[in-house]
Amino acid sequence: MDLAQDVFRYVEKMPGGNLILTTTDSLFNWAKANSLWYLLFGLKCCAIEMMAAGASRYDLDRLGLMFRASPRQTDLMIVAGTVTAKMAPRIRTLWEQMAEPRYVIAMGSCAITGGAFFYDSYAAIKGVDEVIPVDVYIPGCPPRPEALIEGILKLQEKIKKESLTKR
Amino acid sequence: MNDLKNLKTEEYFLSMGPQHPSTHGVLRLILKLDGEIVTGATPDIGYLHRGLEKIAENRAYIQIIPFTDRLDYLSSMSGNLAFVLTVEKLAGIAPPPRAEYIRVIMAELNRLASHLIWLGTFSLDLGAVTPFLYCFREREKILDLFEMITGSRLTYNYMRIGGVAADLSAQFIKDAAAFIQDFKFRVAEYEALLTQNPIFLARTKNVGIIKADKAIAYGLTGPMLRASGISRDNRRDFPYAIYDKLSFDIPAGTVGDCWDRYAVRVREMRESAKIVEQALSGLPEGNFKTKVPLSLKPPAGESYAPVESPRGEIGFYLVSNGTAKPYRLKIRTPSFCNLSIISHVIKGWKVADVVAILGTFDVVLGEIDR
Repeated sequence: MDLAQDVFRYVEKMPGGNLILTTTDSLFNWAKANSLWYLLFGLKCCAIEMMAAGASRYDLDRLGLMFRASPRQTDLMIVAGTVTAKMAPRIRTLWEQMAEPRYVIAMGSCAITGGAFFYDSYAAIKGVDEVIPVDVYIPGCPPRPEALIEGILKLQEKIKKESLTKR
Repeated sequence: MNDLKNLKTEEYFLSMGPQHPSTHGVLRLILKLDGEIVTGATPDIGYLHRGLEKIAENRAYIQIIPFTDRLDYLSSMSGNLAFVLTVEKLAGIAPPPRAEYIRVIMAELNRLASHLIWLGTFSLDLGAVTPFLYCFREREKILDLFEMITGSRLTYNYMRIGGVAADLSAQFIKDAAAFIQDFKFRVAEYEALLTQNPIFLARTKNVGIIKADKAIAYGLTGPMLRASGISRDNRRDFPYAIYDKLSFDIPAGTVGDCWDRYAVRVREMRESAKIVEQALSGLPEGNFKTKVPLSLKPPAGESYAPVESPRGEIGFYLVSNGTAKPYRLKIRTPSFCNLSIISHVIKGWKVADVVAILGTFDVVLGEIDR
């Protein structure tokens, strides 16, 4: 973020710094919101819908979303499936390996609350937000690809309201 | 040159997964490597263990059906079918003929959808992106058909004890017949891309050979077993529903390598299309569900009714003590048994071949971990 450091230097120098900060914000947010690379990381059924959303009919590429297999190259983690007690520490590790700014979408009822495994399951975690912070929740079991796209658009809206100085 | 003799090589461990694009889920392989050669592999499973068998003990029989969707989520219909057949066998319920035809149509369409996902992701693993997009194009059409009847794209919850949840509409029958006609040409399209592709052949021919005796010893079922040259299929050998009235072939391989497993699955797609065509033309009129008490209490006893899922034999071993909830439910899933051979077959191959070999196993972690 060398550019960001430069921006802060200019802001300090300029008396009415708000103006330049706002425009840089919008430039950065525009760039961030439209190149959300997501982690190729599926847990369960929702991952298949995530794949379907990336494939021929729904084509996530047109929103600037591309999948990367390494967490170090990604901005967005779509948690697609049941989080179990054995998997939770690994999800935390993966999330920590992602570079800032990073975003998380909880896709499907399992990732939100444990879903069908909320009652009686000794192994399922009751929602991924017990492990990592979540930006957008998408309900459904599994959510349709349209719902996933809606969630991504919501996340893009959210990113566009961000400021460099505070998240 | 003398120095080279003193150089020692050391074996080391590489953890592949649980987040790895080619393990198709949350499988972790602990690879023992000598340079690039794999000398041993231990699968580490359980990352998706939700305790389905225990949950089932606290549910009424009809409430377990949605959980069978989430076992093998690529072919939910097979899971549904195996469970309802087991309960029907235990309770002595006979579904009407129309329901049996509908079940076969749905199960075979689901087999197509499942094999399409397998073909797409397998070719993606080997670096071919186009087949992936082609396969998903056809799969979406199948999902449209399912959505028309069941209202869901992936987890259908469609089979019921004593029938199915909803009748087929005239529109479905028309669209399904049109799709099957179209699909025959599409399979040829996939084959044109892959079957004689030199890169594909180099990656799959004579790679990861499973001998017939080993395949039996490890309890493999489904395309994995048939690729090794053993013609065994529950649909023909232990027919359920209406499979004994239909004519179809059981494709089998000869060598048992990755290419054979590919070829068997592609030929199975053609056979499934044939089955759907026959079942659609023979679909009888009548009721799609018999009357079954809402709180079903099967007599005390046990039953097992295996079904041929796209991956092999899926079966539910059910013990009832005469109450509304099962006493014990043991799930025999094909992926679990098929995966057990990996540490045997993977020895001596390079790391890049691990991806190809594991790709042809077509494992679904949802049913391995349960």
